[in-house]
Amino acid sequence: MTLQQRILSIFKRRRKRSGASCHSGGAGPIGGEGLRKLAIVGNPNVGKSVVFNQLTGRYVTISNYPGTTVDVSRGKAVLDGCPFEVVDTPGMYAMHSITEEERVARKILLDEKPDVILHVVDARNLPRMLPLTLQLIEAGLPVVLELNMMDEAEAAGIDIDTGRLSQRLGIPVVATVAVSGRGLDVLRRTLARAAAIPEKSPLRYDKGLEEALAGLSGLLRTGYGLTNRAIGLLLLQGDTQIENQVKKQEDARWDEIKAATAGARTDYNQPLSYIIALRQQEEVKGILTEVTTKTERGRRRFADWLSQAMMNPYSGSLIFAAIIYVGLYWFVGVFGAGTMVDFIESTVFGQWINPWVTSVAESIIPWQVVRDLFVGEYGVITLGLTYAFAIILPIVGTFFIVFSIIEDSGYLPRLAMLIDRVFKLIGLNGRAVIPIVLGFGCDTMATIVTRTQETRRERLLTTLLLALAIPCSAQLGVIFGILSGSAAALLIWMGTLIFVFLLIGYLASRLIPGQRASFYMEVPPLRLPKLSNVITKTYTRLEWYFTEVLPFFLLASVFLWLGKLTGLFDIVIGWLTPVVEFIGIPGDAAVAFLYGFFRRDFGAAGLYDLNNAGILVGIPLVVAAVTITLFVPCIAQFLVMAKERGWKTAISIALFILPFAFLVGYILNLILTSTGVTL
Amino acid sequence: MELEEKAEEILETLWIETSEKKREIIPLTELGRAKRPLEQLEKAGYISHNDGQITLTAKGRPEARSVVRRHRLAERLLHDVLGTGDRLMHDKACKFEHLLDKGLDESICHLLGHPKICPHGKPIPSGRCCRRGRGQVQKLVSPLSQLAQGQSGKVAYIYAPETSRLQKLMAMGILPGAPVSLVQSFPSYVFTAGQTQFAVDKDIADAIYVRLVEDEATPPEEAPRRRRRGRGFGLWGRRRQDS
Repeated sequence: MTLQQRILSIFKRRRKRSGASCHSGGAGPIGGEGLRKLAIVGNPNVGKSVVFNQLTGRYVTISNYPGTTVDVSRGKAVLDGCPFEVVDTPGMYAMHSITEEERVARKILLDEKPDVILHVVDARNLPRMLPLTLQLIEAGLPVVLELNMMDEAEAAGIDIDTGRLSQRLGIPVVATVAVSGRGLDVLRRTLARAAAIPEKSPLRYDKGLEEALAGLSGLLRTGYGLTNRAIGLLLLQGDTQIENQVKKQEDARWDEIKAATAGARTDYNQPLSYIIALRQQEEVKGILTEVTTKTERGRRRFADWLSQAMMNPYSGSLIFAAIIYVGLYWFVGVFGAGTMVDFIESTVFGQWINPWVTSVAESIIPWQVVRDLFVGEYGVITLGLTYAFAIILPIVGTFFIVFSIIEDSGYLPRLAMLIDRVFKLIGLNGRAVIPIVLGFGCDTMATIVTRTQETRRERLLTTLLLALAIPCSAQLGVIFGILSGSAAALLIWMGTLIFVFLLIGYLASRLIPGQRASFYMEVPPLRLPKLSNVITKTYTRLEWYFTEVLPFFLLASVFLWLGKLTGLFDIVIGWLTPVVEFIGIPGDAAVAFLYGFFRRDFGAAGLYDLNNAGILVGIPLVVAAVTITLFVPCIAQFLVMAKERGWKTAISIALFILPFAFLVGYILNLILTSTGVTL
Repeated sequence: MELEEKAEEILETLWIETSEKKREIIPLTELGRAKRPLEQLEKAGYISHNDGQITLTAKGRPEARSVVRRHRLAERLLHDVLGTGDRLMHDKACKFEHLLDKGLDESICHLLGHPKICPHGKPIPSGRCCRRGRGQVQKLVSPLSQLAQGQSGKVAYIYAPETSRLQKLMAMGILPGAPVSLVQSFPSYVFTAGQTQFAVDKDIADAIYVRLVEDEATPPEEAPRRRRRGRGFGLWGRRRQDS
């Protein structure tokens, strides 16, 4: 390049940049409502959501494991004076997508045509991450590269020349530590100014591929939001979603396009996706030898030692047991469901709020029937609100605190790795550990998270097991509370559930057709959870929980009141009582099962009252606890199941669970009474 | 003299029948109808023919052994490196063995790490190279699942018959040339690639073939001792390979 050309190119670049800036007023591409759109993309677990939160001031859940974000989040941000709409996407490994979330992310790029793409990468892992950058550039997208977690890269002894990298790629590159805010000002300024399409000519492949690409580009006549070259590459890699789109849009030319891709494939004896990936990898390697230097840091950190202990089958099992004991049993069960519930229920509500509300109601509402709606036995306040705040809030709150700490530490992928072999027996793989563990917090939330699983079969199996055998924290807390008097009772309850979980998982995995799942997961470094994130996360989850849950609590109270008023309630209890007595439980518990239709935890809380009253003890108590744990999913979970898996599946699952729960209760009762166990 | 393919096959059958099934004399009828290869073998002095009964001569034995060795090495190569399926393997191996001249079989044997059994579990007769290399039985290329704990190398190739598995590995950045090192092999395989740890199951660990990096800094005799210092599974892994 001569000096003159260089000056010209700098001039050209400057003109382009200023043209795209919002300051100059409208020369650049402007989004629908005058807002420019910024899409954040990148591999899983690189901190996209952290960046999103930092830029928009909103909060979306962030954790230390891949696949936290399953939905697209949107927010607004003002970057260096320019207003932007910011879109956070689920992680994607490559333009060529495999999982559902990756498709979600790519769809944004294709359909929404963002004005700026922020590609967030983990600075420690550039060899793995940069191929996607190349693909984005190849697709003709306006990319800004963010090297995140620079602190960890520095600690690992990796030195990156960002200026040189930017030059090599032909796009702006910014180094940041998003969690602490380092480098974010520079990022904001860069994003506000960058909108130019990369000037570098795209990566060249070998002759055969280039010819195929040229042929395909000629055949593609309609717009796709990406360059024809990128679409051609995706077609060659056999991306089914793109194939369908091209088929629809090109119509008559599709046969020709299909023939061209098939022709190119026969020239190679390995899948083209592999050939293409190799070429991109080679290019990345070439770039990185120029821009990075690595110095060995031999020192082993405590975290490495702990990480190994967690993954070792023996010490790992001990650590798992310790986490269950301290985190779940002690903190959620004893402290949350015991100490806190006692205080809030009997003191705050029992002595202060409810008597006061009742007396107010008595003085202002003259009609007994209406008064019952609010402060009666099934009153919106005395039953609905009391349950919500006195029993559920402390339990769910403590669970979410524990869960936030666990997920931020990076423990879950390690647990997934330990448990993979067991989960294989039930047709799942280690990855399912994340929805399952989250299910112990809230099955409804966990059912949404099943989206991160790869195959439809796994999603279905996990949904079924969540609905059947995973008690949510509210239910768990109450059941711990009821059964904590007897270790044997607790063990029988737990053993039965584990047995049912494995048995049904095993049987269902035989019945449901589909591919066997293979397990692969990135194991992120262990990190000390940040208190602020734990608090925000717990708060956001609780907020979600209460906006989703509280309406159902109140609605349930209204239904129960209506049911009692119309006598329908007594009829249903009349039906339930013999069923309940059949499995060896006092008929009074039928009420609890009726509650269980409305919410899982409602049912358990009903048992709690009966237990307190001394009506339900010993074997019937354990049987009731098991049955109600297995019993139908709550309304919220059922609706989410229907939304995620379809009505047919949701109804089938509920219809299976209902009689099955009673059957297990019946058998358990038979075994316990005939063996003469005393509890 | 150059034996034709059919003749080599006959030698192979004879060797299997005599040294593996311990039969002395084989009826001619078991060896097929082709006349020319038998004549060729007899002329070379590898077999003797007596009233419809065939015996492998002392001169023929090493020749037959070498054919079997090349056939089984070819099977190993086709199976481990080229990813040929079971159905095709035998026919392909028959063609392949013919091409493996002396010297070339040693290179292949070295590349495969002096394997002791063929993919069907039958023993591979050892060659000179195997005896020479007895001290260092380490394979040059081996699936990740067979590495010892702490062992490292670079990804040589990926053997994944299903494209979806290949895609997963590519997504994780596991491509030829990527430096990998095995951290743990039970209950799942944990390995480091670049700066990141991954956990995978056996199916995936079997698909990643690693070219082991010779540790130039440590003299060869020190290498086993160093490995022994690692706990647990690494030691078992080595013993299994030695036996």
